[in-house]
Amino acid sequence: MPLTNALRDDILASVPSLRAFAISLSGNGDRADDLVQETLLRALANIDSFQPGSNLPAWLFTILRNLFRSDYRKRRREVEDADGSYAKTLKTQPAQNAHLEFEEFRAALEKLPQDQREALILVGASGFSYEDAAAICGCAVGTIKSRVNRARSKLSALLYVDGAEDFGPDETVRAVIGGSGG
Amino acid sequence: MKEVKSQAGKTAAPGKQGGLNAEIQSRIGHQLRAMYDDVVRQGVPDRFAELIRKLDVPDTNPQIGHAGDKNDGGE
Repeated sequence: MPLTNALRDDILASVPSLRAFAISLSGNGDRADDLVQETLLRALANIDSFQPGSNLPAWLFTILRNLFRSDYRKRRREVEDADGSYAKTLKTQPAQNAHLEFEEFRAALEKLPQDQREALILVGASGFSYEDAAAICGCAVGTIKSRVNRARSKLSALLYVDGAEDFGPDETVRAVIGGSGG
Repeated sequence: MKEVKSQAGKTAAPGKQGGLNAEIQSRIGHQLRAMYDDVVRQGVPDRFAELIRKLDVPDTNPQIGHAGDKNDGGE
């Protein structure tokens, strides 16, 4: 469909969650914003191929994800110690608990295989249905479900099971239960 | 649901695994959304607002009141 003001507003309204998705995928704010910018330009250049009434955020997320994937492959070859430099930035952070926990979570997320990470983010944070997430990732719904499950159990192993071994299960259990006053 | 595979085979306290697992899962979900919403709350950075605002919208919407492709200054 042609670009209308309403469509333009809808695209603008999707920018915050596109950025959140991009940052979650790439773990890097600058790179994420470049990714968003490229996504917007590509979406606008191909706006005629957007079907009116279909899911605009899903369409935009699909573009962003595909860009990230091709970009990721390129950068993986170019910058080999991406992980090393990211680990260094973690070590320079002040050891405030909440911040540390946040960084630990982000670092654990980075360790997930890309397929699992994106599935978990799309379903668990962006709020897409399994069906939409499957469409965005170009795979079956069952595949998304199993990726999300594997992502969750791997995160819990990285964040909590290892921690339980290091610090003692009681401490961890208390922290977990105390932290989520449910 | 499917059978639970030995995905977290090295748990320290097998007896508590079920309950602990639920707590951990909700904590993971909470952290994931907190991280994500932290970015969402930042809104639309100027660079993207500018980028999108600068685009010409074809004159399909009469109530805009602008004449077609006139390149206005925006602000």
